[in-house]
Amino acid sequence: MAEIVLDHVSKRFPDGYEAVKDMNLEIKDGEFMILVGPSGCGKSTALRMIAGLEDISEGELRIGDQVVNDMAPRDRDIAMVFQSYALYPHMTVRENMAFPLKLAGVPADEIKRKVEAAAQTLDLAQHLDRKPANLSGGQRQRVAMGRAIVRDPKAFLMDEPLSNLDAKLRVQMRTEVSRLQQELGTTTVYVTHDQTEAMTLGDRVAVMRSGVLQQVGSPSELYERPKNLFVAGFIGSPAMNFMPATVEGGKVKLPFGEVPLPEHLSGASGEVIAGLRPESFEDAALVGEAKSRGATFRAHIDLVESMGSEKYAYFSTEGGIESEELAELAQDSGLDETPTTSEHTIVARLDAASQATRGQEAELWFDATKLHMFDPKTGESLSAAP
Amino acid sequence: MERGTREYALWSIGLLLVLLFALIPVIWIISVSLKSPDTLADGRFFPSEFTLDNYETLFTGGIDDSPFLKPLINSVLIASITTLVAIVLASFAAYAIARLNFPGKSIILAGALAIAMFPAISTVGPLFDMWRTLGLYDTYPGLIIPYLTFSLPLAIYTLVAFFREIPWDLEQAAQVDGATPFQAFRKVIVPLAAPGVFTAAILVFIFAWNDFLFAITLTSSDAARTVPAALAFFTGESQFTAPNGSIAAAAVIVTIPIIVFVLLFQRRIVAGLTAGAVKG
Repeated sequence: MAEIVLDHVSKRFPDGYEAVKDMNLEIKDGEFMILVGPSGCGKSTALRMIAGLEDISEGELRIGDQVVNDMAPRDRDIAMVFQSYALYPHMTVRENMAFPLKLAGVPADEIKRKVEAAAQTLDLAQHLDRKPANLSGGQRQRVAMGRAIVRDPKAFLMDEPLSNLDAKLRVQMRTEVSRLQQELGTTTVYVTHDQTEAMTLGDRVAVMRSGVLQQVGSPSELYERPKNLFVAGFIGSPAMNFMPATVEGGKVKLPFGEVPLPEHLSGASGEVIAGLRPESFEDAALVGEAKSRGATFRAHIDLVESMGSEKYAYFSTEGGIESEELAELAQDSGLDETPTTSEHTIVARLDAASQATRGQEAELWFDATKLHMFDPKTGESLSAAP
Repeated sequence: MERGTREYALWSIGLLLVLLFALIPVIWIISVSLKSPDTLADGRFFPSEFTLDNYETLFTGGIDDSPFLKPLINSVLIASITTLVAIVLASFAAYAIARLNFPGKSIILAGALAIAMFPAISTVGPLFDMWRTLGLYDTYPGLIIPYLTFSLPLAIYTLVAFFREIPWDLEQAAQVDGATPFQAFRKVIVPLAAPGVFTAAILVFIFAWNDFLFAITLTSSDAARTVPAALAFFTGESQFTAPNGSIAAAAVIVTIPIIVFVLLFQRRIVAGLTAGAVKG
């Protein structure tokens, strides 16, 4: 077990492409750190540099207290779970899991004991003599985990280990991974493009974009106090709503109403991008004494999705916003391929008791204290630090 | 159902025709090898009387006097050594070509292809002279070296194709698991490329086993003469009898190792060995 420190680490490929730019990240001993970001943001490259599968162009990487820049993967004492699982198809489950131990020269009886213990933990005991080809996706995934844990390495590196599983299994394995990590207490770096996975698994989450680390923090920190437009838009599902806003004379003018400038945004002025999470809205009829914290407005509801426990109401406002960061987010999720209109769609999460119906006007309320504001040029958050 | 049956029947007839076309000469030579000298030229497809005399004469006289035994041993050894050396060298070369980017990679591949297509006959003359000067004439290495030259490109090409199919993740997994590059190659890549290795081995073996040109040119005695060349030196019982019977018998015998070799490794060539490595 050890901490992993990335000190001004950069990765430049021979063709000049810079996949990771000046990355500083300190992963504490026993911490579960998630690297998250859209595809091509450099998170996998960062992980592969930690593993030693990719050379480090600049900067220093330390595992424990040792600089490992020039150390071969096998000397780093780390275990990796690959997205493709990378099981050895010609070996049985037992042989797969024993492989790293055998290479390390562990005595046969100890190998047997360790492999069987790991198989027990992962519920693989009855599959030990089968070949990977005869296993289901979830079982293969567990074998890959098993191969990592038998060695009791300094750190686990996981490269989107759950992305090849179907949705239901993924949720199940997510809990499994989380439980395992807690039990073992091994430093873990986990790469994913799925923000839900990032939020549910990590002690801390590092959001990356185009090779640059955007923000590192606990899931709630990222959710409540995103540092910039990109993190705000990336974390949370459904995503935060963004709209143009004007701050003037102590008031904020939003497309659907005007409220006094909240205290935490006192630094904002002029044209800004405002952000409101779906749950910061509510059906005006269902808001109690909190009403004074925000303002009510009438909106024409385009669509209502009922989830049972809650309802998502979609309505449009005028005036979209243009931002490179948001465009990138939209591109990553495939949203840019859907036809866009000049009107901007807002999602509001309402209580299940809400009477809002499709095609009708509804009176909604929003919580101004939950308002986020971003500089339209830099995308930086204008919220004062707590 | 109707259509299925008819399709099946047509396929069967087609296959039968191809099989007949391919196998009739083989059956013919077996038939000839079983005929006695008197009935050899009777033109009948099936021998009127069966005899194993032709086979017996091949082996009578032991290793020194038999016209066939020593060349058979030569053939087996030379073809096997060629195969072994070619596969070891080719798998290293192919692995590097499949996995690494190094300057001159395309030149190496193009060069290998050029050598494979080079007409062997044009090298035979110079080789004859060189080998005599170097003392390689009529020796095992004297045949193995030219065989390697021509079979290596073939083996490299086959193996590169197989190595490229192996997911790179597997090697990286092995490296992270604590393997040196050579251990990763030996314990993960080679077993997975086994079908390719055996395919290449069969091709090289058949090439070396069947070669006549180099064997006839670069040997002068039973010291290194292989079966295809030795067949040309077969004599009849008297100078007036054609050695057709014994040639046929020898031809049948030299076919057997090839058949055994292919049958043996065919099982290993079954695809799907890599199934289950990655998702899918």
